Amino acid sequence: MAVLTEEQTLLRDAARNWAQEKSPVSAFRKMRDSGAPLGYDPAAFAEMAAMGWAGVIIPEAYGGSDFGYLSLGLILEETGRTLTASPLLASSLAAASALILGGSEAQKQAWLPKLAEGEAVATLAVDEGPRHDPAGVKLKAEKGGAGYVLTGEKSFVLEGMAASVLVVSARTGGKPGDTDGITLFLVPADAAGMVRKPLKLADSRGAADISFQGVSVGADAVLGEEGKGWALLDKTLDRARAGMAAEMLGAAHQAFDMTLDYLKTRVQFDQPIGGFQALQHRAAHMFGQLELSRSCVEAALTAIDQDAPDAAQLASLAKAKMGETLYLVSNETIQMHGGIGMTDAHDAGFYLKRARSAEAAYGGRAFHRDRYATLNGF
Amino acid sequence: MADFGGEVDLEAFRTEARAWLEANLPVSLRGKTSLAMAVMEGNPVDGDLLLWKQAMAEKGWGTPTWPKEYGGGGLSGPQAQVLQQEMNRIGGFNPLAAGMGISMVGPTILEYGTEAQKRRHIPRICKGEVRWCLGYSEPGAGSDLAALQTRAVDAGNQWVVNGSKIWTSGAQYSDWCGCLVRTNPEARKHDGISFLLIDMHQPGVEVRPIKLIAGASPFCETFFTDARAEKDEMLGEENNGWTVGKRLLQHERQGQTGGALMREAPLSDLARAYVGLDDEGKLADRDLRTRLASHMIDAKAHQLTIARVQAEARGSVNPSAAASGLKNSATHVAQTRAELSLEIMGSRGLGWEGDGFTSQELETVRGWLGGKAMSIYGGSQEIQNNIISKRILGLPDMTKSV
Repeated sequence: MAVLTEEQTLLRDAARNWAQEKSPVSAFRKMRDSGAPLGYDPAAFAEMAAMGWAGVIIPEAYGGSDFGYLSLGLILEETGRTLTASPLLASSLAAASALILGGSEAQKQAWLPKLAEGEAVATLAVDEGPRHDPAGVKLKAEKGGAGYVLTGEKSFVLEGMAASVLVVSARTGGKPGDTDGITLFLVPADAAGMVRKPLKLADSRGAADISFQGVSVGADAVLGEEGKGWALLDKTLDRARAGMAAEMLGAAHQAFDMTLDYLKTRVQFDQPIGGFQALQHRAAHMFGQLELSRSCVEAALTAIDQDAPDAAQLASLAKAKMGETLYLVSNETIQMHGGIGMTDAHDAGFYLKRARSAEAAYGGRAFHRDRYATLNGF
Repeated sequence: MADFGGEVDLEAFRTEARAWLEANLPVSLRGKTSLAMAVMEGNPVDGDLLLWKQAMAEKGWGTPTWPKEYGGGGLSGPQAQVLQQEMNRIGGFNPLAAGMGISMVGPTILEYGTEAQKRRHIPRICKGEVRWCLGYSEPGAGSDLAALQTRAVDAGNQWVVNGSKIWTSGAQYSDWCGCLVRTNPEARKHDGISFLLIDMHQPGVEVRPIKLIAGASPFCETFFTDARAEKDEMLGEENNGWTVGKRLLQHERQGQTGGALMREAPLSDLARAYVGLDDEGKLADRDLRTRLASHMIDAKAHQLTIARVQAEARGSVNPSAAASGLKNSATHVAQTRAELSLEIMGSRGLGWEGDGFTSQELETVRGWLGGKAMSIYGGSQEIQNNIISKRILGLPDMTKSV
């Protein structure tokens, strides 16, 4: 654990208490069983917002507490432990970051206070195919009417059905793969010509495919500068990546703790199975990987708070290393639990399913290894 | 002169340390950190190096956190960190770090030694007057260290020692040996061991260096034939040597957590030179590129973890069980780096000696081979995993030894 300020320690403890008492995995199971249409419980998110968690990175002038990314990461880690489903990451962190970093005064006034209060949900609509490829944007924005007309497809938009506003990456110049010619737009979810289709995901969380069939927006919908949206998008995504890594850290830790507990209590051959070296050494390896991953996640969030020059590298480092560790831990959780872990009645499967969704979001291990190599000049 | 033992401002200490280093580290030695390794390998100490050694010995800064009364520097943990930072800044090194005295034996004597033992041994370690080696492993006692058979028998006024030790690093240069011996063969194997301090300069001690897969090595075999140790050279109580010996190994692991990795050039430099980049600016061998990226991610994660552990300890220098995890991680990173270096160099990474290869190429090959020892010595990777399982994770101990 990073060296925290007193306020951060209080925040972390509050998040831990709330997650363990008010939002345990059984609450997630109940949400899934109820078939909640948004993939989360709005009442639970309202509670989180009431505690100020939706406004942690939002400046005080817009109703937030300006408490930083490491602080929000502490909350995400704790809610990640219990698989709490909410738009905290996609909206309060990712979309809020785009507005904070690139929004005009009017855009900030219009949306940040609502996001901080949890009254509105926002999200990023970036990817268009099955794999994360933010520079590969094809969705076209052509000048028309008083502003622009958007035509194209977005896929795997997290909290896409809950969102009342979307940060949409579009191409106003260049060709797919170019980083020049990308423009970000702030598009209300009720805009005419936008068709949202809910996705039923294995991890029971909310996401949508969205079709833009000639969606007209005003010139004031541009977030940042026309054609120069890449830097803003990249920086925003790095914040989302580090935040997702924090959630993954919590999930991996909880899955590991649960598995360790099982190793100590499950008896076979007249002894706890945790006495077998074949399992002990795998557990020791996982412990080491979790420690290494924690260092990466905390370093990335801290670098973002300090706007350090290596923040992009550290964000990819965190997502890649945490992805590797969660992959390992989620698989070992199933294997070490044996048959019971295969049952729907046990929680192990929830962690495995969430692990793969989290891996895919904002780029997986392969994407971030490639990016890490590129950022290091090879 | 400030009193460094009390609550003084770290920045004031930084100014003091910087000024002292500027005044005392000979200009000819600055940036020559490889000399620290030469000292380790028993090379002669003369000229400016001797001056530097004397200055550091006088100041006690080769052992910065040890008590002043025994010749140490009397610094707090945070002050010692500042000293290290200033040492790095000026390109200095510790000229007193030869042998196992500073890193392992000294801290253990400070913890378990009698007042007389501390007065006898610690000042000489602080001044670099004696070198220490360790007598732990035996031909029949490696990972199962507690199976050791070297006997020490009470002969009235002295202990008489018979047996053989192996992997006694630097024994050929050493004056003293911290040695685990069996004093009660009837007891359960962990309960009959004592920790004895043995003078190496006596007829009953014979040392033979061992040639390894990487060529010449600091490792030795050491034979004790009716060797003698004074009765008051037992560290800790008789038959309590296992506890003392384990504590010493924690100090050893603390030194094997890979701080040195931070000073190495990124491996991507070597890859660019030998493999080259393609039109997109990516390493021409894409398979290697991915594995190199993974390795650099692991190396960075390890560095960040060392920094985090230090920050969380707030300058405390006590070794902990967490060092076991860091030792395994450091080993993994270093060995992977060596393997990738060889692969990057292709056939240039296969040389043994001669002028057909650069010295860097030859050193890389020897380093790759020598580095295989990292996951074996100081408690093998498997032993570290046993320790993590029992002490950190609380899993049942099936070996009854960690």
